[in-house]
Amino acid sequence: MSQTETEIHAPSTIQAPKTHELKPERSQLGFMRPDHSKSVIMDWLTTVDHKKIGIMYGTIALFFLLVGGFEALIIRTQLAFPENDLISAQRYNQLFTMHGTTMIFLAIMPLNAAFFNFLVPLQIGARDVAFPRINSFSLWAFVAGAIVINFGWVLQALQVMGLFEASGPTAGMTDLAPAMGWFGYAPLTGTNFTGAGTDFWIMGLQILGIASLSAAMNFVVTIVNMRAPGMKMMRMPVFTWMTLVVSLLIVFAFPAITIALGQLMFDRCFGTNFFVVAGGGQPILWQHLFWIFGHPEVYILVLPAMGIISEILPVFSKKPLFGYSIVVFSGAVIGFLGFAVWSHHMFTTGLGKVATAAFSLLTMAIAVPTGVKIFNWVGTLWGGRVRFSAPMIFSLGFVWMFMMGGFSGIMHSSAPADAQQQDSYFVIAHFHYVAIGGIFLAVVAGIYFWLPKMIGKMWKGNLSTWVAIFSTVGLNVTFFPMHFLGLLGMPRRTHTYLEGFGWETYNLVCTIGAYILAFGILLLVIDIIRCFRNGEPAGNDPWDARTLEWATTSPPQVYNFAKTPIIPARDALWEDKYGPENRKITYEDDHGHGIHMPSQSWMPFIAALGFIPVGLGMSLMQAGIPYMGYVAIFGLLVVGFGIALWAIEGPGGYHMHPEIDAA
Amino acid sequence: MSDTEHQEDGHGSLVINNKKLLMWLFLGSDCMFFGTLISTHLIYRKLYPESYDPLLVFDLELTSFSTFILLMSSFLMALAVSAMHKGELKSFRRNTIGVIFFGLIFLACQVYEFAHFTNEGLTLSTNTFGSTFYMMTGTHGVHVAIGVFWLICLYFYSYTGKMDAHESAIDVEVAGLYWHFVDIVWIIIFTAVYLIEYIPGLH
Repeated sequence: MSQTETEIHAPSTIQAPKTHELKPERSQLGFMRPDHSKSVIMDWLTTVDHKKIGIMYGTIALFFLLVGGFEALIIRTQLAFPENDLISAQRYNQLFTMHGTTMIFLAIMPLNAAFFNFLVPLQIGARDVAFPRINSFSLWAFVAGAIVINFGWVLQALQVMGLFEASGPTAGMTDLAPAMGWFGYAPLTGTNFTGAGTDFWIMGLQILGIASLSAAMNFVVTIVNMRAPGMKMMRMPVFTWMTLVVSLLIVFAFPAITIALGQLMFDRCFGTNFFVVAGGGQPILWQHLFWIFGHPEVYILVLPAMGIISEILPVFSKKPLFGYSIVVFSGAVIGFLGFAVWSHHMFTTGLGKVATAAFSLLTMAIAVPTGVKIFNWVGTLWGGRVRFSAPMIFSLGFVWMFMMGGFSGIMHSSAPADAQQQDSYFVIAHFHYVAIGGIFLAVVAGIYFWLPKMIGKMWKGNLSTWVAIFSTVGLNVTFFPMHFLGLLGMPRRTHTYLEGFGWETYNLVCTIGAYILAFGILLLVIDIIRCFRNGEPAGNDPWDARTLEWATTSPPQVYNFAKTPIIPARDALWEDKYGPENRKITYEDDHGHGIHMPSQSWMPFIAALGFIPVGLGMSLMQAGIPYMGYVAIFGLLVVGFGIALWAIEGPGGYHMHPEIDAA
Repeated sequence: MSDTEHQEDGHGSLVINNKKLLMWLFLGSDCMFFGTLISTHLIYRKLYPESYDPLLVFDLELTSFSTFILLMSSFLMALAVSAMHKGELKSFRRNTIGVIFFGLIFLACQVYEFAHFTNEGLTLSTNTFGSTFYMMTGTHGVHVAIGVFWLICLYFYSYTGKMDAHESAIDVEVAGLYWHFVDIVWIIIFTAVYLIEYIPGLH
């Protein structure tokens, strides 16, 4: 049985205590479990509640979204005028590397993870995820990876303040932040080209990979096994379906980058020859391994966005999703095909005609399921009673802007055209339309849709309209001219450019657009803070929504549903509200057992924290600082120790009785 | 058994325990790990057929012996799982000790092999063959070591009196899945890395 369910059928020895009377118990280690703690910090550090973990993922991800956005603003400011010298070329390289890495791994993926965590158990009527402590471990491992990956910036800030100097034992510490691009192509990552920043990047990504993998496996088990009775696979909300597809993508795509990063780390630390040209290594191998991970990664980022949109459009059109099963199926097809198109990132490397043609065709094929989805979304709107509430505005923006990114994507799929566009601003325009016009708008739509559920407060005022206007206008002003810049031959990752190529006006417009977009994001942050501070109580179902998460309170109680719901149909809440009598949600009788809750635990936090000395120790050891290898070994011991104690302390758990508490 | 209990819960439609499903997912992921490592090795082997002759260092008798030992450990593991399902703690302990012992023999062979190869001049940084070979077999060795550690933990846990034929049988079975997988991976490595070099006319 799972951890959460271990004791559901065990006879309960607790005599129906009230919630506030619950006393923490001793774990099998003999320590007190950190349950029912009065200390807020202790409560959040040890929580295994998927809702709190989701909120923490979201908060940290929003912080890194601002960090990555700030990095982008510096980049755009540098490029505003020809031969600008705001920052040095090396600093520019660091900025675009960290901008890409931060946005993908520290902003979008955890934002998606925030929605997975908060919503999936609610949408399938579960008490929690299948392995609550692994969930907590994933969160803290993500935090550890984020710290390691950004450690170069911290050192650099200390250096600027005069508190850190590369001399004596730290003489090898050059090049503090990674500066080789977010896909770290070999041989640029070799020790003869880049310094400590690359090591922070390698170790940080490795730790983030562990976090993603453990979370993904957890969610597959949750979705397959933890569904409420009656919640058949084809009754699940599309967002849950997309979570399942994405989790499977992570499970099968991340190993490639894990091994590639491991090989790279061995190259740098222990002198192997995987990517070292002098030793016979082939840099092209890195490209293959990276993109075997990297292309599924694109769908790991975008499929949750599609899931969010598939939830919001039906609610605000007052119609069921048009072609539910084909939307689900095409999502799965996109995920599956995503493994077969990695080489379209490498058309100019000389793969050979047959391979290039095959990958070209497969890439075009992905447009089919994507197009199917877009037609289904339009079909959902068709004839619906459309309400232009904030989530809907952003969702409609998503459909249109994502399509723009899709169109330039199809242009890339043709290998001869791609040869012209490779490494130009055209590519930048393409993936930013997908990333900002697609994923970002969908995530904002999701925030506007679900934040009332998460914190129980409703949005105030119409600031959302201005967020929508500024971010959509900003994104188009920034990225549309980049299509022309690319076709005019401006290469990406260039730190400055000369006058006279016809790039000046476009670049200035792009920079102005970037500031408009930044203003939109600033308004979004203000709106979120206003909602937290002044929001009116939202009620259970403020949007007249369709899926199960709206059937419970806002914010949901720690146990989600007082009694396990029995799901009669797809769009369970909608059928419950407006459907015939035989489609009402009924609730299981728990025979007085109460609700079994998993115990909180320090161990996932401790185990994940051990990754920080591992990551920093390995990186600093490579830079030649003495004793750092021992720090890394110490970190590994902490990880191992944490996991061992985690196993020994046992899942624990306690019972809650909401009806008795309410009385 | 636990599986059927789970179905009676009414949660989900697939009849597979959470822990087992998690392990299957991990093994699916692990397939990709070893797939990447083995294909890296084969790609470089094909790319530089003349750069190194592994037959200079390979000792087929020793490796065959350790392969056989690992295979037999899998057999004992199956017996241990079956004993646990029947609640026969003594038989479980006996078989688990066997698996641990065989796993340690395998590891000892690998340590000896690595030391021998290094003495013969093949190190991590000698050439691409050294890099791919050591990293691949080393990763596998780490898997075996983790498995041995895991089984040692289970062995001592069986003396606490907290093991029962329901919950703990699943735990042992999950450890067993892992062990069998590590064994299967070794069969593939043994074939694709060692045996393949003995095909006449390959060099």
